[in-house]
This record gives sequence, structure tokens and C-alpha cells, in this order.
Amino acid sequence: MTLKDLCKLIDGRAVCGADRLDEGVKYGFASDLMSDVLTLKSDDFVLITGLANIQAIRTAEMSNVSYMVICRGKTVTEDMLELAEENDMVVIASPFSLFKCAGLLWQAGLKELY
Amino acid sequence: MRFEYKVEGGDFTQAGNAASAIKKTLKQLGVDPVVIKRVVVALYEAEVNIVAHAWRGVIYADIEGSGIKLRLEDEGPGIPDIGKAMTRGFSTASEGVREMGFGAGMGLPNISENADEFHIDTVVGEGTTLNIGIRF
Repeated sequence: MTLKDLCKLIDGRAVCGADRLDEGVKYGFASDLMSDVLTLKSDDFVLITGLANIQAIRTAEMSNVSYMVICRGKTVTEDMLELAEENDMVVIASPFSLFKCAGLLWQAGLKELY
Repeated sequence: MRFEYKVEGGDFTQAGNAASAIKKTLKQLGVDPVVIKRVVVALYEAEVNIVAHAWRGVIYADIEGSGIKLRLEDEGPGIPDIGKAMTRGFSTASEGVREMGFGAGMGLPNISENADEFHIDTVVGEGTTLNIGIRF
């Protein structure tokens, strides 16, 4: 699905990389545990997390992940945005819970990565 | 090529700076992206461990044509039982560390899985040194 479609499904708003919503993504991984994310060999997925801090962005950087969804209406801080921009990431903020975001995206065809 | 980075215990705002810098250098050197990911994941987990558990530490990175050698020396509480610390799910991390998305007992196993060589030296009450080697 395109990131634009993804945004529609989860009431998402691109807070970084808004000009790249035509890009597509096939896989998703939802976790608040960053060590779990770091075990994945793939980097072709959208990271869906409720963890809104600098280490979530750092983890995406280390994992070469380009797309992130920050759930539960959490604030994406200036230092998070700065690091995300530096690493060419698209960051989407959603007011929905991690559970709801993952469920809606899975239902719409985003594949699980595990 | 040798790099050195200082790490302060408890300072999560800086955790990952060394791994980020090494990632950029390895990319510039044209190292295989799969190998770069193994290096930065191992280094990042180890860097987070210093921030989460130690008082301070120094990271030394030696990059040669054949691979990278990382040495992370910290001053800290040390590891009383390395066998337990290497067990997935075992952790002594604080609540604050868990709130940062770590502290689930996966750090050392993650490092070990990504490394070609991995060795821990530790003295309780003094500190821990990790030696990590990854071939290009």
C-alpha cells in the first residue's frame, strides 16, 4: 500500500517526509521494544510503535527503516524530527492505539514480518 | 582507521551517537550494507548497555580492510553472572531504561548474534569490557 493509503486508514499525519507519501510499503512490524526491532534482518517495513522518544528514531536509523508510525497521539519532539530528517525517514503520527493501527493495516493487506 | 567515543551513563539523549557515526563511515567506505547493519546493531546495543548500566565508558573502533574490531570499556557495576546476562529475557535494567524501549534482556544476545567474535571481561564493582569483531 502507499503511505497515502496508510495515512487514510489510521487517520495519520506525516510530520516528516510529507512529500514522499506516494511511496509504497508491503510489510509492517509493531513493537514498543526496540531490541525486538533490532533483531529483524529485513529493513523493508514500516515500524509501528507507541514509543515516542529519540531512541525509537535511533533504532529505525540503525535498522535502516525508512517509514515509522508513532501511535496513541504522542508528541513527536523537535529532536526526534531533526534526527528523522537527517536520516530521510517518513514519520507518520496517528491518534489510534498501536493495537488499532496494526489491526487496521493488517486487515488492509500490510503483511506481517516475523 | 581508529575512532574513539566517550559515553556517559544515564544520558539517553546521546545513546547511539557512536553507532551512527560508525554507520556513516562504513557507508562511505562502501562496506556491504548487510554487514553494516550487523555492526551498528551490535554497537548500538552495546552503547545502550553502557548508558543503561554503567557510570561511563569509552568505545574504541578499529576499522581495517578485513573487518572492524570494537572495544567497549565501561566503569560500572560489572556483571555478576555472565551466563544469566546472556540469557534472553534476563535483565537488571531500571524502569527508566525500559521506558526507553530497552531492558528486556535482549541486548547481549543480540550483540552475540551479530558478531563473528564476542568476548566479555567483567569485574564486579569495577566495570565491563566487551570485545566485538565483525568481518567484512
